[in-house]
Amino acid sequence: MSAVLLEARAIGKRFGGVQALKDVSLTIREKEIYGLIGPNGAGKTTFFNVLTGLYTRDTGDVLFAGQPLELGSPYVVAQAGIARTFQNIRLFGNMTALENVMVGRHVRTQAGVFGAIFRTRAQREEEAAIKRRADELLHYVGIAHRAGALAKHLSYGDQRRLEIARALATEPKLLALDEPAAGMNATETVALRQLIEGLRADGLTVLLIEHDVKLIMGLCDRVAVLDYGEKIAEDVPAIVQRDPKVVEAYLGGGAND
Amino acid sequence: MNRKIVGIALIAIALLALPLVLTQVGTAWVRIANLAILFVFLSLGLNIVVGMAGLLDLGYIAFYAVGAYVYALLASPHFNLHLPFWVILPIGALVACVAGAVLGAPTLRLRGDYLAIVTLGFGEIVRIFMNNLSSPFNITNGPKGITRIDGLSVGSVNFSATDTLFGLSITGPAKYYYVLLLLLLLVIVVNLRLQKSRIGRAWVAIREDEVAAKAAGINTRNVKLLAFAMGASFGGVAGGMFAAMQGFVSPESFILNESIMVLAMVVLGGMGNVWGVIAGALLLSFVPEFLRYSVEPLQMALFGRMLVEPEVLRMLVFGIALVLTMRFRPAGLWPESRHKREMGQKP
Repeated sequence: MSAVLLEARAIGKRFGGVQALKDVSLTIREKEIYGLIGPNGAGKTTFFNVLTGLYTRDTGDVLFAGQPLELGSPYVVAQAGIARTFQNIRLFGNMTALENVMVGRHVRTQAGVFGAIFRTRAQREEEAAIKRRADELLHYVGIAHRAGALAKHLSYGDQRRLEIARALATEPKLLALDEPAAGMNATETVALRQLIEGLRADGLTVLLIEHDVKLIMGLCDRVAVLDYGEKIAEDVPAIVQRDPKVVEAYLGGGAND
Repeated sequence: MNRKIVGIALIAIALLALPLVLTQVGTAWVRIANLAILFVFLSLGLNIVVGMAGLLDLGYIAFYAVGAYVYALLASPHFNLHLPFWVILPIGALVACVAGAVLGAPTLRLRGDYLAIVTLGFGEIVRIFMNNLSSPFNITNGPKGITRIDGLSVGSVNFSATDTLFGLSITGPAKYYYVLLLLLLLVIVVNLRLQKSRIGRAWVAIREDEVAAKAAGINTRNVKLLAFAMGASFGGVAGGMFAAMQGFVSPESFILNESIMVLAMVVLGGMGNVWGVIAGALLLSFVPEFLRYSVEPLQMALFGRMLVEPEVLRMLVFGIALVLTMRFRPAGLWPESRHKREMGQKP
């Protein structure tokens, strides 16, 4: 059993009268694909947003790679090594695919105004390295031929891939994918599955929110189930699948409830 | 390639000869050209904030004011300080830069309309400060402004007087023209280089989608502050040159209308594209002057009396120009290629 990469402890988040997350604790181990599932409105995306610093949490804390993770500022989370994609793809639509990935290198590079204005040797070298790396990543996700196209002109599947490439550009240890297969057809989903398996083979840990049960069950090492903001199950897919609480959450309780 | 070099050489010669030609028409035209260059400065500065980073700033003229007052206070009998211009201009840029960051900081969480309203307020606050900082300590001399500001001078060459060089008489404004041209070249290079850098990409990313930019690891707070600060420092240099050229500054030079004017230049020219912004600034600087000189004689000849003041006509022309731009070229006359696509125009 490999080492723990991320440990979330008793995460809570409330929006007005709605308790979106309640004492959610989970552990993600290195190099595993960890699925987070649950009915609509169960709090999956809220958990993502808390974890990646877009929302501030009410309670709980997160240990990442042995260090407490300062939540609440997304760029610090990115710096620590967590990158994410969005459920409703958020690319920089009017930048090219290559530029989108280059933006992802921002957090691992440092050239500032001075370097830019005087075109110092360090700045030029860094800029060339950024471009090289971005090129590599576009190859990696398989859309290198679209490098010069505007992000918003890419096909839906390619946009998903581009978002993953941009996330990878930040050199994450943990890649959090929010419903990457949403809206994809069967062929695209198979290709996505291969991509995610490739990521794991290359040593990355993946946190996956997904509705496609087949994808989750086939891909994930372990799965956690959220319902009404609470974790109701966490185990390997085969066991979770048969958990009565999970079945109830998805299909509803008996007729006499 | 050769063609390009020839083209650049021709433009350079034309720009260098321009003041000599304009002097023949009237020295006033050289002054007008100088002011036009200052507006190009301002537009390029505002372009960083509005065009690249997408932060709608309606109080930009405040930084022009800051630069002008820094110059005025450090080179006039008001405090009896007479520092050389090459010390003051960087100080002016720095003070404006800090002012940009300070005024930018409270607006970081605001977007769109709200940001515009707050920056508009800040612009007015700076002007009102200048107007009232005459008591209990007289710092800005209030609405009377600061007079007898030193002009530029290098060694024994005084930029405000006429000199003769190789038998050509070069007037004060013409000398300023050359200094401004040099500074402008610098500003353009800085602008272009910033645009194609890691920082420039971060600005555009924030304009495109701030949440995604954050998630992609950009410290949006710092990067936005940097946009405000860089933009402001351009305004600071322009303000310093303005004070040196005019020899006089007062708060009424820095009213809201001026902010709007600079914004109109950026929008009309094409947000985000350095060349478009320059074209917009030159166009909106020169057109009113042509009106000023042509409207009166024209009306006198046609009607025998003045029906419409040039000043009124100027605002009318601006209004029509902006409406037509928004209708037919929403991304500006010469847009950044990205914006062009964004606004759905055919490339």
